[in-house]
Amino acid sequence: MLHTALLMLCIGIFAGVMGAILGIGGGMIITPIVTLALGMDIKYAIGASIIAVIATSSGSTIAFLRDDVLNLRVAMFLEIFTTIGAIIGALLTGAFNPMILYVLFGALLVFSSWNMYRKLRRGQEVLKRVEPDKLAEKFKFNSSYYDKNLHKQIDYQVENIPGGAAIMFGAGLASGMLGIGSGAFKVMAMDGAMKMPLKPSSATSNLMMGVTAAASATVYFFNGSIKPEIAVPLALGIIGGATVGSRIMQLLPAKIIRGIFIPILLYLGLQMILKGFGVTI
Amino acid sequence: MSEKKATTREEMMAVEIVIGKIMRIGVFLAATVMIIGFAMLMIKGTSGYPGNSFPTTLSGVVSGMSALKPYAWMMGGIYLLILTPVLRVVISIYAFIKEKDYLYVKITSLVLLILIVSFFLGHR
Repeated sequence: MLHTALLMLCIGIFAGVMGAILGIGGGMIITPIVTLALGMDIKYAIGASIIAVIATSSGSTIAFLRDDVLNLRVAMFLEIFTTIGAIIGALLTGAFNPMILYVLFGALLVFSSWNMYRKLRRGQEVLKRVEPDKLAEKFKFNSSYYDKNLHKQIDYQVENIPGGAAIMFGAGLASGMLGIGSGAFKVMAMDGAMKMPLKPSSATSNLMMGVTAAASATVYFFNGSIKPEIAVPLALGIIGGATVGSRIMQLLPAKIIRGIFIPILLYLGLQMILKGFGVTI
Repeated sequence: MSEKKATTREEMMAVEIVIGKIMRIGVFLAATVMIIGFAMLMIKGTSGYPGNSFPTTLSGVVSGMSALKPYAWMMGGIYLLILTPVLRVVISIYAFIKEKDYLYVKITSLVLLILIVSFFLGHR
């Protein structure tokens, strides 16, 4: 009992630090540990993952709000598309072959890993258009943040809002139908499609993923998927880890964060594609 | 133009700081309830429930908490944690009203509405 709790606490700290830095949920490490190492039913792994997402989100958002790294307007605007996608996804469960979906979304993640790699090679972080995007102006998305690594205020613009909204809708569909991709797709939409710098993208993803997860978390809470002896030490570890991680993230150069992202997105993508072909790792 | 931009930024800072403070209280409260539950579990050595069971209804959690059952406190803390993102959306609406940014009052209210709809869909 105490052994399991300590294990979950340590995993939580690690998942919280990484999740806060990258803006992703941590289900990919929690699921195998709960199912394989603890030998529990997959439903408890899903319940634990959902709690992990919320704990990461709430733990890190405190610092990201205080330090003004995230973009609240972008978060709320895109949240509409994710939550609608999630509802439609949940209603459509069973209408599509999940195998095809896993392969499709997995391929998307592999592509975004490649995209991150290209961006890393090019080395340009901030979009500077002479003529700001009209929709971005209308919705007051263009903003700035203080980069603690570069020690300066970075003004940034965003573009391609329809593209970002479409990916967010897809991300919602994926999480509604398959219960996956809480953060990876969100970063893909903001950093990839909308050209928002990586740090605000990841911080904004952190804020959003908790909101998206909260809706389904109540369902899991009431159907008994959330086991207190797993979820509580995990959540406590994550809150601590995410508090630290949200500070580390701001000090890291964007290049390093991107460097961590590339293998993780590739791994997530391949894991999903393999699952589509019936192989679970 | 630049002056207008500066005001928007300052307003946004104020909004974010208020939400951040309330979030901290929410997370702190959830963590405290979880820690109390976990400490009780360690001290008492029993969950307060037979076998592997634990409370999964709100009334069950509340009555268990008043009976000082460790698992009830732990589940209560988890439930408070689940509410923190919803709290974030609610305060954001209030903050945007205060900043008189009515476009975002609408957008954020829509998010809350969708959340409520998905909540009820999940309970069918």
